[in-house]
Amino acid sequence: MSAPVGIQEARAAWRAGIITPRRKAAFFALMAGLGLLAPLVVYPVFLMNVLVMALFASAFNLLLGYTGLLSFGHAAFLGSAAYVTGAVVKYWGLPTELGILAGTGFAVLLGWVIGGLAIRRSGIYFAMITLGFAQTVYFLVVQLPWTGGEDGLQGVPRGKILGLVSLDNRYAMYYFVFAVFLAGFFLVYRTIHSPFGHVLRAIRENEPRALSLGYDVDRYKLTAFVISAGLSGLAGSLKALVLQFASLTDVHWHRSGEVVLMTLLGGMGTVMGPSVGALVVVTMDNYLAGLGDWVTVIIGAVFVVGVLAFRRGFVGEALRIARNFPF
Amino acid sequence: MRRAIWIATLMLLLAPNAGALAADKISDGVVKIGVLTDMTGYYSDLAGPGSVLAVQMAVADFGGKVAGKPIEVISADHQNKADIASNTARKWFDENKVDAIVDLVSSSTAGAVMPVAAEKKRITLLSGPATTKFTGELCTAYNVHYTYNNWALANGTGREVVKQGGDTWFFVTADYVFGKSLEEDTTNVVKAAGGEVLGSARHPSPGNTDFSSFLLQAQASGAKVIGMANAGGDTVNTVKQAKEFGITPKQTLAGLLVFITEVHALGLATAKGLYLTEAFYWDLNDDTRKWSKRFQEHPDNKKKAMPTMVQAGLYSAVTHYLEAVKAVGTDDSDAVIAKMKATPVKDFFANGVIGPDGLHRHDMYLFQVKTPEESKYPWDYYKVVKKIPAADAFPTVEMQKCPLVKK
Amino acid sequence: MQALFGQLLIGLINGSFYALLSLGLAIIFGLLNIVNFAHGALYMVGAFLAWIALDSLGIGYWPAMILVPLAVGLLGVAIERTMLRRLYPLDNLYGLLLTFGLTLILEGAFHHKYGNSGNSYPVPEALQGGFNLGFMYLPGYRGWVVVVSLLVCLASWWVVERTKLGSYLRAGTENPRLLQAFGVNVPLMFTLTYGFGVALAGFAGVMAAPIYQVTPLMGSHLVIVVFAVVVIGGMGSIVGSIVTGMGLGLVEGLTKYLYPPASSTVVFAVMALVLLVRPAGLFGRER
Repeated sequence: MSAPVGIQEARAAWRAGIITPRRKAAFFALMAGLGLLAPLVVYPVFLMNVLVMALFASAFNLLLGYTGLLSFGHAAFLGSAAYVTGAVVKYWGLPTELGILAGTGFAVLLGWVIGGLAIRRSGIYFAMITLGFAQTVYFLVVQLPWTGGEDGLQGVPRGKILGLVSLDNRYAMYYFVFAVFLAGFFLVYRTIHSPFGHVLRAIRENEPRALSLGYDVDRYKLTAFVISAGLSGLAGSLKALVLQFASLTDVHWHRSGEVVLMTLLGGMGTVMGPSVGALVVVTMDNYLAGLGDWVTVIIGAVFVVGVLAFRRGFVGEALRIARNFPF
Repeated sequence: MRRAIWIATLMLLLAPNAGALAADKISDGVVKIGVLTDMTGYYSDLAGPGSVLAVQMAVADFGGKVAGKPIEVISADHQNKADIASNTARKWFDENKVDAIVDLVSSSTAGAVMPVAAEKKRITLLSGPATTKFTGELCTAYNVHYTYNNWALANGTGREVVKQGGDTWFFVTADYVFGKSLEEDTTNVVKAAGGEVLGSARHPSPGNTDFSSFLLQAQASGAKVIGMANAGGDTVNTVKQAKEFGITPKQTLAGLLVFITEVHALGLATAKGLYLTEAFYWDLNDDTRKWSKRFQEHPDNKKKAMPTMVQAGLYSAVTHYLEAVKAVGTDDSDAVIAKMKATPVKDFFANGVIGPDGLHRHDMYLFQVKTPEESKYPWDYYKVVKKIPAADAFPTVEMQKCPLVKK
Repeated sequence: MQALFGQLLIGLINGSFYALLSLGLAIIFGLLNIVNFAHGALYMVGAFLAWIALDSLGIGYWPAMILVPLAVGLLGVAIERTMLRRLYPLDNLYGLLLTFGLTLILEGAFHHKYGNSGNSYPVPEALQGGFNLGFMYLPGYRGWVVVVSLLVCLASWWVVERTKLGSYLRAGTENPRLLQAFGVNVPLMFTLTYGFGVALAGFAGVMAAPIYQVTPLMGSHLVIVVFAVVVIGGMGSIVGSIVTGMGLGLVEGLTKYLYPPASSTVVFAVMALVLLVRPAGLFGRER
């Protein structure tokens, strides 16, 4: 597929001099600062949910926005990592860090297997293969005795970092999640703005050309897939610790659809877009709960309007406005 | 004499403060009840907006105030997702100062919210979730499991149907934890009552709409009773297709978890003869009729449906809670829970006792769905086959083995 | 052995149903390159319209068989005209997202009005009762479903592959500009194609109403199964979707006999395997 509208906006903004390295650095510093202060103002558990989903969406965007591969089964990575971390920490009593490593490691492995097979096809066929595998993962999660089936894996202990600071304190947990999020986000950012990332974008724009230039396209795609899967797994591991349970909703294909929505709403192919989209969707999910029946209709309407009139996403639109009305 | 005057003066000075002191015992000056239910998913008809209405009715009937302070009801949809339930519960407890969360309706959401409530010393009143373990190994000090549980369903339908002559069984089971545990519990009961289980077929759930293959297997087994260890849409489709394939009335269907809203959706022509166990039926006696008609005719009841046992149970649970708050003069969870367990329940819904493990033990009923000819007026769906006394209907405290109960 | 025959026959019946549903999806994807996620929701709408027609308007099953698909088709035309056609030049990701959004809107709206226990639709009188085949009792209505589904599938195949209109549709997929240069009203054709595709879904809904409880979520799991069928068959191939639909029904029937819990998932495993071996599906051509 050609560059998503979001990326086109980002490029145009760069060319117009709106985005400069200095402004970028200042912007990220500002975001980091807000992140540090936010829990004093906004409910920390809500913020942690946003951060986890933002990491998930950023990992997903690496694949969709930058490599041009739509995966319809990313929930498999998020959810299975959540279950693995939850089980390892609860049943085997492993320390928190090892639990996260186990979950993320599992997601990497799963990503390698699924990606290795799915990469052979492209477009909608690629998406359907990922969906097929995700459904199989869902089925396995339902069947395995230790996952708790539809009741979920409850009572996951948060443990301590480095055996010292207890994560039961929600502020401690928040800063821990924030730190991990920053690390993951930084990894995505470096991947995008590296020679490797440039090749990914070349593959997205014109795969035959990249191939003809001598790049081992399949290996690049697989690497991107595995990184994306691994970071999604990291998000899942964190989620299990934040909420202290792992549930079927995390492996259900609706979750895969939700992450696409986050990426679309935020701005596909922009760095900050998925995080913004995650913020919007998590807010909608939690704060609209009071509207009862209409939530499904509203989310559906958001999808429709988003696709018809808002394809740049929030970040893309913001960049366009900045470009047209420089200040 | 002077002493007396001093004392009297002191008491006069303190008296208004005494009132204020008592008022301070209601945290934040209001008793807030949060109805966390499924408004948009598979359980929205048996709980959902009807549950919210039941709670609002309970509060209104109580006078809207308790111990001198107002009662507030808020509600939210957890969409049957444990994440949303857990997050909403946390937010409600931390930010909105909710004192009790009620309903929850599904086991996954209840399982996620109970530990959060226990950690924050707030009360959960479950009406709808079925997992027996909620008052067993998963019990918490602040939880009341009010309306029914898996054990009651298995024993009610299993034992009583065998006694009615249905001694060979085949199960059509939803292939998830709820279905499998219900099948297991009922199998044990059927065998203990002298019956035989000829086999079972597990179907994927949710999302599976065609039960013909599983019903064929049930038919081939020749069992007198087909036990449906599933719920909601699965049960409805199973019943419908059993009729389609001519399996009923030759074989009898026993629904292990069926609500009146589902019988209503099926219609009597299809559902007739179905056995089911419930805690409540609107047409049992004058008291139930009176309350249920009020529920049905309430302006906020858009579908004009009769209450299900979940909704009626919720009204009773919340009323019982408010009475406990009134009696102890505070909404402090420890005091209120102790009072709720110490006071027997005596209203149109039940004559029961909440045990030390949090399980509300009351009578259950085995019903059979009437034929269209037997039904004389709208919602006249059930005939009572047997009233199961509380002692037989629920597991004993010893059987439950809740770790918090001292031996 | 008898039990197996019964399961296989049921599998065939379900298969013809899958074939009918995936046909519409295959036509839409094959000719418009749109991944119509709303197919499940429109199937549900068809079932509900049939029920509403009976309950409020007294229109029975037989007229509903014609009227309901027309109504759903018109709804499809409206959707195509107002929303979908803007997405043709874009990547088909957007079509998928839009139709997914429409699904949520439709499911939510019907849920709001009708709750989710659903409504019961009676089997039409002429088709009640059944036949005792020895190894099982076959309800008359189910036999009718097989016959009608196969007829409709064959008719659609014939229209697309053997008539002039069909040849225009196929040409429109390959090279819409050239076709337009020949004076054919290509946008109109696209509209009619989408309308026809979803009308088939609505028709399947009417067929389903007497068998399954009519609920807002009745199409939600079905839609991804049907997707898998279409993908296995080859996304543009009508023959592919018909054959695969029937085949899947049989495979599912076998699974329900041997290892029932996996019966919902087996289609995805098959799909993944097929795609790895034959990239464009069994009957498709790689675009």
